[in-house]
Amino acid sequence: MDLKTKALTKSIWVFHVSAGSCNNCDIEILDCFTPRFDVERFGIQLIGSVRHADALLITGAMNRKAVPRMKEIYRQAPKPCIVVACGICALSQHMFRDSYNVREPLDKILPVDVYIPGCPPKPEAIISGIIKALDKLKENNNHGHKKQD
Amino acid sequence: MVKLIFNYLVFPGFLFSAVIGLLACWLERKVSARLQWRVGPPWYQNFADIIKLTGKEIIVPSTMRRTFLLAPYLGLLGLVLATTILGGAARLSLGGFTGDLIVVIYLFIMPAISLIIGASASGNPLASVGASREMKLVLAYELPLILSIITVIIKAAGAIRLEQIVFYQVSYGSFIFSFSGAIAFVVALICIQAKIGLAPFDISEAEQELMAGVLIEYSGLPLAIYKLNKAILLYALPLFLTILFLAKDLSPLFIIGKFLLIWLVIFLIKNTNPRLRIDQAMRFFWGPVTLLAIAGVILAILGK
Ligand code: SF4
Repeated sequence: MDLKTKALTKSIWVFHVSAGSCNNCDIEILDCFTPRFDVERFGIQLIGSVRHADALLITGAMNRKAVPRMKEIYRQAPKPCIVVACGICALSQHMFRDSYNVREPLDKILPVDVYIPGCPPKPEAIISGIIKALDKLKENNNHGHKKQD
Repeated sequence: MVKLIFNYLVFPGFLFSAVIGLLACWLERKVSARLQWRVGPPWYQNFADIIKLTGKEIIVPSTMRRTFLLAPYLGLLGLVLATTILGGAARLSLGGFTGDLIVVIYLFIMPAISLIIGASASGNPLASVGASREMKLVLAYELPLILSIITVIIKAAGAIRLEQIVFYQVSYGSFIFSFSGAIAFVVALICIQAKIGLAPFDISEAEQELMAGVLIEYSGLPLAIYKLNKAILLYALPLFLTILFLAKDLSPLFIIGKFLLIWLVIFLIKNTNPRLRIDQAMRFFWGPVTLLAIAGVILAILGK
């Protein structure tokens, strides 16, 4: 593993995207940054601009309005950038599966790297999901192939 | 010639100031974390951030490509030159030149100007709001800062050479232990807070309303350079203050102590004050702070 990948795993800047969530997942995400969990210990920071992002943390059921914007945001993020689906809504659309305004789950739209199930997922689950994402980054690098969009 | 290049690139220029600055950035994050009962990042955190950013993709907007990419280096070059001059003056070994104080004052404006140029070149509306705020903030804090430096010049019997100012204090005692010196020090400390861009004056980066404001379109290496600029400012400005006001004893141990003191005050102000609006900040700087600075100048003329 080269130096830059190692640095990447030590400093993940997360951009938080809500694609029609009920806001509970988002609260749990913010919980990770409170004194009790403090993910800044691992260099994880929440940032405001998608140009600085290393990870997109996506919550919500992907309604029709959100899909084109989601694609646009992924296109704007500098690569390498991991995509984390957070909450059952983002994984499999939860109770909105048969709704009129959600068509397809997130992983049909973007290449999702890590799934964090739960409604909402506990902060512990989110942290363990991010750690899995780090493992995935290392693995990608070891096999010498970068993910294409 | 080789010595000059070494001074510029390694010690006390680029490499040295970058390392100290990044450590100071870590200290800032750690102190903030401890004040909020968090654990905070490990000491290598800011180095990891910079190295990571160099490995990321660089996205450039289609407007003004070259200006956008060159702007961060403009700030870095000026800043490193300033640290080289200041470091020389602090060690009393590199011969300065007459008027290097004035040069340093100008060089310290470079990072702000590079931010304004870069943000305006990026063509993003949020960045242009950030740029206009940054411009107003520069106008606001430069006046009291220069007044407080004038106080120092008056007290040092009209010397505009950093070495002479240091020598004067070595023989007659630090300026901070006089009325006018103390007032000027307080004014300069507040201005420095705005120059580094820490809360309550982080108006141009305003994480909550402008989403990183001036830096919004930057990614990869240019963003790393901007972060580095900020880190070096965090080292260079306390050094500047030390030379102007606290230069009685410049042995390494004392310098470290003075740095820690200044950093602690800055970080505490940062953590206990919410962000001001830009009009409040301008009124603050042009009102009470400038009056205080003028009082300092008058006291200095009276010889207090
Ligand atoms: S997964 Fe549950 S908590 Fe999260 S957005 Fe969906 S309904 Fe809300």
